[in-house]
Amino acid sequence: MSARAISRLSSHLWWGVSIGALGVIIAVLLAIFVFVFAHGVAALRPQLFTTVTTGIAGGLENAIAGTLLLVSIGIVLAAIVGIGTALWVVEYAPVWAARAVRYMIDVLAGVPSIVVGYFLYVALVEGLGWGFSLIAGAFSLAIFVLPYVERAADIALTSVPTHLREGSVALGARQAVTIFSIDLPYAMPGILTGLLVAVGIGLGETAPLIYTAGWSNYMPTLAPTHSPVGYLTYVVWTYISQPFAASHALAYAAATLLMLFVFATNLFARSFVEYRYNRGRR
Amino acid sequence: MMQRVRTQPFLRLATGALAVASFALIFLMLLFLLAYAYPAIRFNGIGFLTSLTWNIGNQYASGTVTRGGFTGQVGASFGALVFICGTVLSSFLAMIAAVPFSLLVAIAIVYRVPPFLKPLTNAVVELMAGVPSVIYGLWGMIVLVPFIGNKLSPSGNGNGLLAATIILALMVVPIMVATTRDVVQAQSTAIYEASMALGSTSWQAVTRAVLPSVRNGIAGSVLLAFGRALGETMAVLMVCGAAINTLPQSIFSPINTIAAVIVSQLESALTDASGMAQRSLGELALALFLITLIVNGVARVILRGGDRTSMVA
Repeated sequence: MSARAISRLSSHLWWGVSIGALGVIIAVLLAIFVFVFAHGVAALRPQLFTTVTTGIAGGLENAIAGTLLLVSIGIVLAAIVGIGTALWVVEYAPVWAARAVRYMIDVLAGVPSIVVGYFLYVALVEGLGWGFSLIAGAFSLAIFVLPYVERAADIALTSVPTHLREGSVALGARQAVTIFSIDLPYAMPGILTGLLVAVGIGLGETAPLIYTAGWSNYMPTLAPTHSPVGYLTYVVWTYISQPFAASHALAYAAATLLMLFVFATNLFARSFVEYRYNRGRR
Repeated sequence: MMQRVRTQPFLRLATGALAVASFALIFLMLLFLLAYAYPAIRFNGIGFLTSLTWNIGNQYASGTVTRGGFTGQVGASFGALVFICGTVLSSFLAMIAAVPFSLLVAIAIVYRVPPFLKPLTNAVVELMAGVPSVIYGLWGMIVLVPFIGNKLSPSGNGNGLLAATIILALMVVPIMVATTRDVVQAQSTAIYEASMALGSTSWQAVTRAVLPSVRNGIAGSVLLAFGRALGETMAVLMVCGAAINTLPQSIFSPINTIAAVIVSQLESALTDASGMAQRSLGELALALFLITLIVNGVARVILRGGDRTSMVA
């Protein structure tokens, strides 16, 4: 065989390996999917949604309510700070300040969630004496997803065409009017995508909540402090380690619900991305 | 500038305050953890980095010991060497497996997946990145660990370094694929075409011309993924075997990581009457924070030239 033919052959072989690697990750995702649903669907009973957890099993009403509460409050906090920060960075900040804020936010994205959890444990749970609580848990989720929200809003606001802004200014609109009637509406799909991605991340978090929200077998009380809150990821982690079949079934049921929630938000977020992408091409 | 200040001070000031808060968050976290862990830093001294023994001390002994001006229970020893080794070793091995694998997947997506299938492969990558860490841990506990225990491990124990490495590798692959895919995709096709015109095969064009031209971006995304692996908590906690006071002897040995210990030792630490165990967990959190800050800080400097488009990293 000529050297040329050997190169050709090895090129084909390596591309085969590379596509095989892609096949492996698709297979792993499917395997995890099938594993969770095969165990979990059988365990999904209507009573799960109407009863709270007990010592070894029970339902998931408290955990579902807790997860939804923690994530909604956390996302609202992250949205206020993240979108506000992005607005300042894009609309007002001098170049050096914009660069500094973006850099710190990117670095924040890499801080382990357990470190965020321990920080709030020190600062809020112990420091301010709030105890394991709804508000401390929501803060931990907010800090953890803040970089994703800010980055999405930042990219979306940066992509607003200059001629739209200039048109608005030329018509005599004040900058605040331009921001609310031109920039934010134009950037909204991108901002919403970021918020949805953040919801997906928040739903799946465990480590920071152990140190801030604690855990409770009872329905969340809505008291902001001194009242621990349950959440789905905790059920997966602890009930799978119990030696009872009923506990395992509860863990799988919680895992199935989590996967459904997370995949639904991710797919929904992706549809926003496609929308934005298509609009950009028209 | 001055005119803007006069006409819209409220929005400018309000968003500016939020931006300052975002900017200051990391410094605030550093400050709080440092202040909280300071007694433990003094009490543990260099032993924190060199000792293998983690022991909150005898809670029923009469009297206490004082080191570095701070007090702990008799017999207390807070050495983190086992956890530091476990963290670095499992993340490092995971990266050795994940980096070449992710590069293969990324170039397959860019150069070999037909355009109509790209949304599908991208969705797979992003869904895989979105799977919660406890789900990876659950799968690891029920499927992977028994497999390693029954089929591979001579001792029959599946919890340990190998299981943690595999789970970490699976978790960082989608992050690395997404970032390297974006970097490769953003590179101009001219390099690929020039290489092809010189007579190279498509594989040679990609691996010897395109990938070297984006090595900075790849290095940045490798570091980002490494930072993720170092801080991963729940999935590792569920498969690592919770080693304490002993270093791993083989790939099947139980290990422990800093992040996993912070969770698994919480209840035990809360029983320490002197509070030194809790503060030592704070010192662990501080150590993990500093390690990941350095890794991420460098990664972001390397990636600074690139645009911030990826949603998963």
